[in-house]
Amino acid sequence: MGLDIRLPIGGLFIAIGLLLTLYGIFGDSSIYQRSLGINVNLGWGVVLLAFGLIMAALARWGKPGKASEDAARPGPSPLSGKRH
Amino acid sequence: MNLTSIDWIIMLVYFAFVLGIGFVLKRRVKTSTDFFLAGRAIPAWVCGLAFISANLGAQEVIGMAASGAKYGISTSHFYWIGAIPAMVFVGIFMMPFYYGSRARSVPEYLRLRFDEKTRGLNAISFATMTVFSSGISMYAMARLIQTLHLLDAPFQRMSIPAQWIFHASIIFSAGIVLGYIFLGGLSSAIYNEVLQFFLIVAGFLPLVWLGLKNVGGWHGLTQKLPAGYTHSWVGMASPHTNRLGVEWFGLVMGLGFVLSFGYWCTDFLVVQRAMAADSMSAARRTPLIAAIPKMFFPFLVILPGLIAIALPNSAPQTSGASASIAQPAESRGAGIIPPKMDANTGLPRVDKDGNVVLDYDLAIPNMLLHYFPTGILGLGLTALLASFMSGMAGNVTAFNTVWTYDIYQSYIRPNASDAHYLMMGRLATVFGIALSVVAAYAATRFNNIMDMLQLVFAFVNAPLFATFLLGMFWKRATGHGAFLGLISGTTAAALHHGLTLPAGAVAGIKGGWLGAVVHQYPSEMAQNFWTAIWAWSTCFVVTILISLLTKPREERELVGLVYSLTGRPSEEYLRWYQRPVVLGAIVIATSVFLNLVFW
Repeated sequence: MGLDIRLPIGGLFIAIGLLLTLYGIFGDSSIYQRSLGINVNLGWGVVLLAFGLIMAALARWGKPGKASEDAARPGPSPLSGKRH
Repeated sequence: MNLTSIDWIIMLVYFAFVLGIGFVLKRRVKTSTDFFLAGRAIPAWVCGLAFISANLGAQEVIGMAASGAKYGISTSHFYWIGAIPAMVFVGIFMMPFYYGSRARSVPEYLRLRFDEKTRGLNAISFATMTVFSSGISMYAMARLIQTLHLLDAPFQRMSIPAQWIFHASIIFSAGIVLGYIFLGGLSSAIYNEVLQFFLIVAGFLPLVWLGLKNVGGWHGLTQKLPAGYTHSWVGMASPHTNRLGVEWFGLVMGLGFVLSFGYWCTDFLVVQRAMAADSMSAARRTPLIAAIPKMFFPFLVILPGLIAIALPNSAPQTSGASASIAQPAESRGAGIIPPKMDANTGLPRVDKDGNVVLDYDLAIPNMLLHYFPTGILGLGLTALLASFMSGMAGNVTAFNTVWTYDIYQSYIRPNASDAHYLMMGRLATVFGIALSVVAAYAATRFNNIMDMLQLVFAFVNAPLFATFLLGMFWKRATGHGAFLGLISGTTAAALHHGLTLPAGAVAGIKGGWLGAVVHQYPSEMAQNFWTAIWAWSTCFVVTILISLLTKPREERELVGLVYSLTGRPSEEYLRWYQRPVVLGAIVIATSVFLNLVFW
């Protein structure tokens, strides 16, 4: 419907990824006891940030979804059903 | 529990995006087709993710983890022999008729194929059901926010009484869902469902990873739990040798065939997502693309339940005056799952054999609190809230479409302008949500009424797949046959439930309410599956008998609606990986493989 869904997905994950990464770097490191001593905010924040960037890049430079190719295909609908 | 500002900021960012999508899409909604069918312009992968996300409500996330903790990996049957084959079937065999007939809803297909009364029956029961389901979702979310004390601190700071937390949660969730559906209609709901899908994966994946790391991986889990927990098929020969309490036949026919096909192939809530696809081949691929992540969802939603029950018990030992009385170990719960508390006595609830009843629904929330530090905890909770909202939104969009096209346009005001129906759709969104709020409050007062309603809906849904199967694949099936078949199927379900009882239950809401108990099932699940089998078989037989006695429809009227009278959709122009049959075969093979791995 015009708006490329990958754009908001990218935006959301860039925002959340950045927030978690920064919090992981600058936040209190004693909170990671419960996550088995792993700084999950930093680690997972970076993963989400990367995912967000990929989505945003696909929205900006990627091809539009494959499905639109066969939608644009000329000719009658593959099924001759009853029409409204 | 203490949330810090970073957790709140993550939640706010998410809600800003949710509403933002609604605002952006609002400008693009011009006709009722845009609003109810997303203009039939959504690519397959987006529809596919929305297809599973609409079903990824609280029931799935909380309920599947709860079942994982209660029954073990056997819960995966709901996926690997339940949802997956049904999704492949609807994509390959049924979508050509749903999409190809240009019906705008599942009830409308019933009118094209059968007649007005069959559509009316389906439309009215479905619309009622969606309102209640969304109300129950809303209620569950508000209760969870209360139980986890999410809003206690901010409410205290603003000195608002704690009773308002429930009201605030209801109003807030209703407001958000209303906002984005009112603005953007189905496309807004679909876009948000895709967002929610990624968010739920992002929130739960690290949880499973941390949990597995902690218990020593799958191998560690199998050593900490009894064998019945980590095998899905071993012991299925008899209902007494597996945790589900069902034998393989009841499982495969009841769950795998009747219930799963009934849900995934006929429920407009999910089928609507495929109808929004931009082409026939995209519509057929929708459930197949959805099946790929769906196959792996057990690892995301069932595993946390198993981990929760395998962890060492962390509840504080009750001390003081009561310490002299020996406390059964169970009263502290199992793993990190606490016992269910009785609201009146404040003590753990006990079943009639004296065992403590566990509050399995807290498996996922307690896992989040157990492993997630602030920051990622905000993400985990946002994912949980997102799952509640996607469940609600799915119901609301299905409701407004069925209401407007199948009830309002058919029985109240036909022949109005398209703009009028668009306006009615927006209005239906408002009163659909208002009715859900009423249902949510009704659930707080009359818990039994909600249980009863869900039971009645189960009776109504159980025979549906027989009607669709005959409708699509037997051109002789008639409208009278379909209608009477549905009614007798529902009656059979009610009779069966009223005459049987699961072991250990008392007559009432659990069954046996007709006075005599003809058969006792080893478990409630077995009773449910067999109720469905009876309903389906009755509907199937009655539809065939009545159809043979009534006048068939002209064949030319059924072109595009019945398999034998409809050309196969052409696939030559599709690349191999886009072909539904190829995708379906890959999905089925993988799911067989997963069954073998966890045998």
